[in-house]
Amino acid sequence: MSTTIIYLAYLVAASLFILGIKGLTKPRTAVRGNQLSALGMFIAVVVTLLDQSILSYEWIIAGVLLGGTIGAVMATKIQVTAMPQMVAMLNGFGGGASLFIALANFLDPESATHTVALVSISLTVLIGAVTLSGSFVAFAKLQELISGNPIKVPGNKVLNAILLLSALGLSVAVVMDPSNTALIYALVAVAIVLGLLLVIPIGGADMPVVIALLNSYSGIAAATTGFITGNTVLIVSGSLVGASGIILTQIMCKAMNRSLFNVLFGVMAEGGETVDADEVYAGKVTSSSPEEVAMLLETAERVVIVPGYGLAMAQAQHAVRELSSVMEARGTEVLYAIHPVAGRMPGHMNVLLAEAEVPYDKLIEMDEINPQFEQTDVAIVIGANDVTNPMAREDKGSPIYGMPILNVDKARTVVVVKRSLSPGFAGLPNPLFAKDNALMLFGDGKKAIVDLTQSLKEAE
Amino acid sequence: MELLLLLTLFMVAVFLGVELITKVPPTLHTPLMSGSNAISGISLVGALLSAGSGAGLWVNILGFIAVVLATINVVGGYMVTNRMLAMFKRK
Repeated sequence: MSTTIIYLAYLVAASLFILGIKGLTKPRTAVRGNQLSALGMFIAVVVTLLDQSILSYEWIIAGVLLGGTIGAVMATKIQVTAMPQMVAMLNGFGGGASLFIALANFLDPESATHTVALVSISLTVLIGAVTLSGSFVAFAKLQELISGNPIKVPGNKVLNAILLLSALGLSVAVVMDPSNTALIYALVAVAIVLGLLLVIPIGGADMPVVIALLNSYSGIAAATTGFITGNTVLIVSGSLVGASGIILTQIMCKAMNRSLFNVLFGVMAEGGETVDADEVYAGKVTSSSPEEVAMLLETAERVVIVPGYGLAMAQAQHAVRELSSVMEARGTEVLYAIHPVAGRMPGHMNVLLAEAEVPYDKLIEMDEINPQFEQTDVAIVIGANDVTNPMAREDKGSPIYGMPILNVDKARTVVVVKRSLSPGFAGLPNPLFAKDNALMLFGDGKKAIVDLTQSLKEAE
Repeated sequence: MELLLLLTLFMVAVFLGVELITKVPPTLHTPLMSGSNAISGISLVGALLSAGSGAGLWVNILGFIAVVLATINVVGGYMVTNRMLAMFKRK
């Protein structure tokens, strides 16, 4: 097949990707968008297979069969609660694919001939390897293979700066002396370590930023791969994905009122005076029971449920949906308030609740729901902590001051379902728990909700 | 000259991406991520060329690994996105 036809087909594929991404930004067009983009991928792959430079198909067939099976099994078997891990892993594979393509092109005497190709190979190796190992750490944290808490690496910033500079130095060296293959393997090693160290210090609550950023990297790596052989479809699609990842990263940072730099280097704002948890809570925390809360819900006209990562941990999404159904059957209006960074990836709560068949028009964004808390009888907070902490609004000395929060304390009564009074990711006590209108329902999220539902049913 | 054209293409695509995705409802944040991730599996195209090239066994092997990873990315990404969107659709 002639080059012209191949490139025209790539143009069609790129256009379909653009339409696909555009479709994915609106609920009504999302399914179609995804299908268009899959069609684009199909076209791009088929015309590539007809390329004259492909001499044998054994490796290709084996690779596609193996990868396709693994991908299909993963996508169908994965639990919805494990979706953040799945996305992290897919990002990593994307980066890994670009890394190996760059290495293959480096060893191909016909490909690694000119400076542009060598520069692109070096950049792809760097970004691809960082994406691969960084995503692997993110996966391990989300899967709880390693602690989800921030892990302090001494001299982290200095070490990362040294690694980044060595990686850039090695990249230059690869371009200057491509015959020395040891250089590129050293680059791979340094970039892998850099990726590990970049993500290890980042704690669970900042994961949405990391996942969005790695998503962006996987796109940028695909784009730089395109520069190696001058492949237009790779450049266009890779940069589209890179841009979309950066925008999601920005949205996440804004929702935490933190700069990307501070998230990446685990910097929390300096707190003025340390707040003593005992002082905040002493004698002011009211513990409640499912029966008591059920009595409140019996007369409530409007209830807002505020889910957090704890909901996913306790796998309580179906129990919550059941509770909502019982309340709705009694004529209570039930809504869900979604903080943009609730959970471990962008949109985590939405996916989780969708799995439990909560209609998405019941999930209300922060800016829209906040003015409505004053007309809310009961707000039920399940597994969320920092995103409801009034210190972010009131305490100028607090490290989280300025972070947009859900104003649950404005509701007539706030019920907090939580195991204990332990602090959230920010390590701060939450004065919400000590407020006069707050009731603590201690216990496992799922069990507490099931008991609550039972009590409410018995009240009939 | 060709490099300049490719760089132009790159920059225009970045701006286009930024313009396309300014306002995304949070409901679609995860599907957008997994869907766009599937698109970044377009590196499969590069992987196929290496896996099938006549440039030697090592090029083929590295290409093969890249084909496996990129195909997982493509197939897994599109299927999981589709699965999520199906959950959003039902009422």
